[in-house]
Amino acid sequence: MASTNPPSQEIPDNIVVSSRVRLARNLLGHPFPGWAKKADRLRVVEVIRPVVQSIEEMEGGFSETMDSLSAIEKQVLVERHLISREHAAKNVGSAIVINRAGTLAVMINEEDHMRMQAITTGFKLKDVYQMIDRIDSKLAVKLPFAFHPRLGFLTACPTNVGTGMRASAMLHLPALVLLDHINKIVQAVNKLGLAVRGLYGEGTEALGNLFQISNQTTLGEKEAAILDRIEKVIAEIVKHEQNARLTLLEKNPRMVYDHIGRAYGVLANAQTITSKETMNLLSMLSLGIDLKLFDDMTHGIVDRLFMDTQPAHLQRNHNNQKLAPEDRDGFRADYIRARLAEIRRPKFALPPKSDGG
Amino acid sequence: MKCDVCKEAEATVHLTQIVSGDIQKVDLCEACAKAKGVSDPTGFSLADMLLGLGQGEKTTEAGTAAAELRCAACGMTQSDFKKSGRLGCAQCYETFAGGLAPLLKGMHKGEQHVGKVPPSHSDSTAVADRLKALRRDLEQAVKGENFEVAAELRDRIRKLEQEGRG
Repeated sequence: MASTNPPSQEIPDNIVVSSRVRLARNLLGHPFPGWAKKADRLRVVEVIRPVVQSIEEMEGGFSETMDSLSAIEKQVLVERHLISREHAAKNVGSAIVINRAGTLAVMINEEDHMRMQAITTGFKLKDVYQMIDRIDSKLAVKLPFAFHPRLGFLTACPTNVGTGMRASAMLHLPALVLLDHINKIVQAVNKLGLAVRGLYGEGTEALGNLFQISNQTTLGEKEAAILDRIEKVIAEIVKHEQNARLTLLEKNPRMVYDHIGRAYGVLANAQTITSKETMNLLSMLSLGIDLKLFDDMTHGIVDRLFMDTQPAHLQRNHNNQKLAPEDRDGFRADYIRARLAEIRRPKFALPPKSDGG
Repeated sequence: MKCDVCKEAEATVHLTQIVSGDIQKVDLCEACAKAKGVSDPTGFSLADMLLGLGQGEKTTEAGTAAAELRCAACGMTQSDFKKSGRLGCAQCYETFAGGLAPLLKGMHKGEQHVGKVPPSHSDSTAVADRLKALRRDLEQAVKGENFEVAAELRDRIRKLEQEGRG
């Protein structure tokens, strides 16, 4: 199939951090997880888990029942966007299967019998859809899905019925936040029938200037049409963020540089720092990289810091010990200082533009 | 037989309605039937009354528990659904079809799934079954001189035929 002119690959910089598509599927003849008795849920896991594991793409992956994972292990998966916060709260009668690369994950007995997702970095919604579509097709041959000719795939919540598809992208929008334009953007996006959410999805805060854009409707439109719609809106938001960056640099470079310089100063020197402050400051470093202010800071370093300084990752890397928040903040600061020790501070070239001569 | 709503008086009004292929039956006493507007058959929807939606809502307060719809497959009731916002099983979509229709219409772009179809439903027999049903409806519409409906049906048949080939 010749795909014509995919906008996916054409957008440079790191504004679209990641792309994800998830599909909700249920088995025929079993009550949905939220209404099912424990015995029903266990049976569904017994039916689904071996089938998911047997798929070639999942070979050598990770497969566990939720009751066998510790609170820290579950939270690590949440921080990596491999399971939802809701799934982390599950125990007996739920399971998770993840492929080796961490790009495919199937939650068993979350709100639906199956919530399968493909996730990758960058702006590649069509690619991730193809990845998860392939898994779905393989599963559909072996498992009887609840499907209705008019309503499509049947889901526990009527908001997911039809395609059962939620496609989303995580966007880093620091300039729109600094310019105070973000609310206007959020309103416009909502009007277009898309949802804007925080870092960990529904009902969460937009930490680190990260916003998740996703489709709100699932019935009455083909998957490709939904993806097209989101891609167009995202491309538009990216343009706005790029323009906002130019506007800021032109009108108030000192303000932008001040944010980035302070972020570097705090992160490189703090003795105690919360996860929230860390994310917000790392966002500024990321902006600094995009604006080419650093000689040796990279997105790789910032992304790694972003992941490793979240509470569960921090604790896991600290002998899997449960730490009190105050202790965590100390360890977090130590970790960041160590990582930034060799990174030179940003260089600012303030306006050469007024040619007063 | 007692009335489904008040559970006291003898039921004298017996109603049967087919909603999305499901047969729903309700037995009412004269007073309850009148209170729910059953005497005016055009303005009456069994599903609406049983689901406590629309017109029925004002008058069903006392009667909902007794007349409430319950999914035969999983046992979920309308008030369970209202509480959690989640359905109990696939069959619930048929059981609560009447109440769900306006809900789905409000929250989605369309009312007909046009996306991916699993292999169990995509085989030619499923399409053939739908075509057969549509052609029968079309015949009926033409006979009844409902030309607007007929035109719509004809378009749907054409679309389905094209999709079947594609």
